[in-house]
Amino acid sequence: MTEHVQNERRRQAIYGWILLSPALVLLSLFAFYPSIATLWSSLFSRGTRRRPTEFVATENYADLFADPTFWKVVINNLIYAGATIPISIAIALAMALWANSKIPARGFVRTAYFTPTVLPMIAAANLWLFFYTPGLGVLDKIGGLFGFESVNWLGQPETALWAVIIVTIWKEAGFFMIFYLAALQTIPEDLKEAADIEGASRWTYTRRIVLPLLMPTTLFIMVNALINSVKLIDHLFILTKGGPSDASKLILYYIWEMAFAFFDAPHAAAMTIMVLVVLGIVAGIKFTILDKRTHYQ
Amino acid sequence: MSSDTPFVHADGVAKRWNGQLGVENVNLTIPRGSFVALLGPSGCGKSTTLRLLSGLELPDEGSITIDGRDVTAAAPSDRNLSMVFQSYALFPHLSVAENVIFGLKVRKVGAAERREKLDRALEITGLTGYEARKPGELSGGQRQRVALARAIVANQPLCLMDEPLSNLDAKLRASVRKDIKKLQVELGITVVYVTHDQTEAMSMADMVVLMKDGHIQQTGTPEELYYKPANTFVAEFVGAPPMALIESKALPGFESATHIGLRAENIQVATSGKGRLACKVSECEFLGSETFIGLTHPAASGLTVSLPGLKTIPAGEDMEISFSDSDLHFFDDAGKRLATPAG
Repeated sequence: MTEHVQNERRRQAIYGWILLSPALVLLSLFAFYPSIATLWSSLFSRGTRRRPTEFVATENYADLFADPTFWKVVINNLIYAGATIPISIAIALAMALWANSKIPARGFVRTAYFTPTVLPMIAAANLWLFFYTPGLGVLDKIGGLFGFESVNWLGQPETALWAVIIVTIWKEAGFFMIFYLAALQTIPEDLKEAADIEGASRWTYTRRIVLPLLMPTTLFIMVNALINSVKLIDHLFILTKGGPSDASKLILYYIWEMAFAFFDAPHAAAMTIMVLVVLGIVAGIKFTILDKRTHYQ
Repeated sequence: MSSDTPFVHADGVAKRWNGQLGVENVNLTIPRGSFVALLGPSGCGKSTTLRLLSGLELPDEGSITIDGRDVTAAAPSDRNLSMVFQSYALFPHLSVAENVIFGLKVRKVGAAERREKLDRALEITGLTGYEARKPGELSGGQRQRVALARAIVANQPLCLMDEPLSNLDAKLRASVRKDIKKLQVELGITVVYVTHDQTEAMSMADMVVLMKDGHIQQTGTPEELYYKPANTFVAEFVGAPPMALIESKALPGFESATHIGLRAENIQVATSGKGRLACKVSECEFLGSETFIGLTHPAASGLTVSLPGLKTIPAGEDMEISFSDSDLHFFDDAGKRLATPAG
């Protein structure tokens, strides 16, 4: 190989690494290193003044598996994810299909749907506290008109988690709608016309044409909803603080509690690692199986 | 085939948008099995007319009948027609086969029959072997044929085409033009074809409908439009080069007409002093077998003379031309054709 070709190759390689370096540095500093550090610290015991930290391998994980609260929290989070992801996506899609059709006051409808998204979660939680408060809350006031008894939505274990779930759906659906709305507007008008000529009903057109074309958006939203189902816990601090008796406690809240209320960093680290592994597996499924079955334009 | 009842009939059809003109007073009578071209410059209302026939738009006035049935307010799917869109409107996530049989599935045609019709449509359009491809993996010409196959497979007696060739390059356009014409004859279907390209209209159509500003200017065979233009717009639109218009005051003896039309092939170069009009050469356009010489005259527009082979005449040179009275077309001051040259 002649020298100038080799020089050119080297220059290309250097150029590539220069382009890569900002992302590499930032990701290493704020994603890779913390993950590995967390993994590392999850393998050590909590140090006290009398008993220094020591390597315990998977003991922290074993402790968690033996902890009934941990399982309670995991199940809570599964219910939370299982309810918020499909319901918020379904509502977002329905709202987008509606807001994309020729309806009166379309701009107002879209703005109204989007409003919950711009509210900070803490503010939204305070708003819903006003709805849920027994006796004074709007829900009880309305219920009272029809002769229903006062319900402490947030204060009883049977309803607390669902009350939190509803706030999350209310918050997320409008945000996801925007993505659907944007995607719907990229579908050319003449596809509908072609389907009309063939005699396809509105439902057939939606099912066979619109939904498949929205699939990339749905995947994107699904990943976002999944991440949110793990990370969106701000409202717990206002509404329930995970109670009553852990009925509405979610994993991240429990991690926070473990680390900063009980000062048990190793167990918090172990839990964090498990969350990372689960999310990693989901991302793997998304990139391999689901992407192959999705049409990207 | 009964020739006395028209297959498609539009009677006084009008469509307006917020007072803006769409089309006005469109009267069309299309015989069964014919190839009709809606021709005109962009914005003339030819696509609107097609969409009114398809049912994608509903007329504000007038009535439309197809095959003896009043379909003025009927849904597109109730009109027994297929349509080829300018953009092809293929479903991007579906394979070629799925695109073609989409309508059959909607109409609940059985799997075996679907297969059979699909194979036939793909064979006719030369797409056999491309069943599994997505539209994004096809060339422009192939996509166009998928759109055609989708129209063919529906097996409807009427096919509407909205500028189906405008996204293809010139060479492909010429070959697909022949294919479409051949298909129409073989399948015996009626085609209404929208185009702004007069070559397409003149070469394919049995009947040309020339439109301008939402109004039909002339309906007739290509020959009629070429040899008997109904008005000065038709005269100047049809033909390459278009008909030249001469103000009648420049030619003594034809004062009752306002404009006199003359085609390039009817103009001869005359020797100096013996011509009927003295012009100046403005440009030469070499086309291979002939050269178009553009001429300027203060009382005429679009004067062109066609000379065989390569000719280079410097611009500004004087040239006299002659022509015979029988080749002249006469138009009144409203631009309408006059039957006889009243002298």
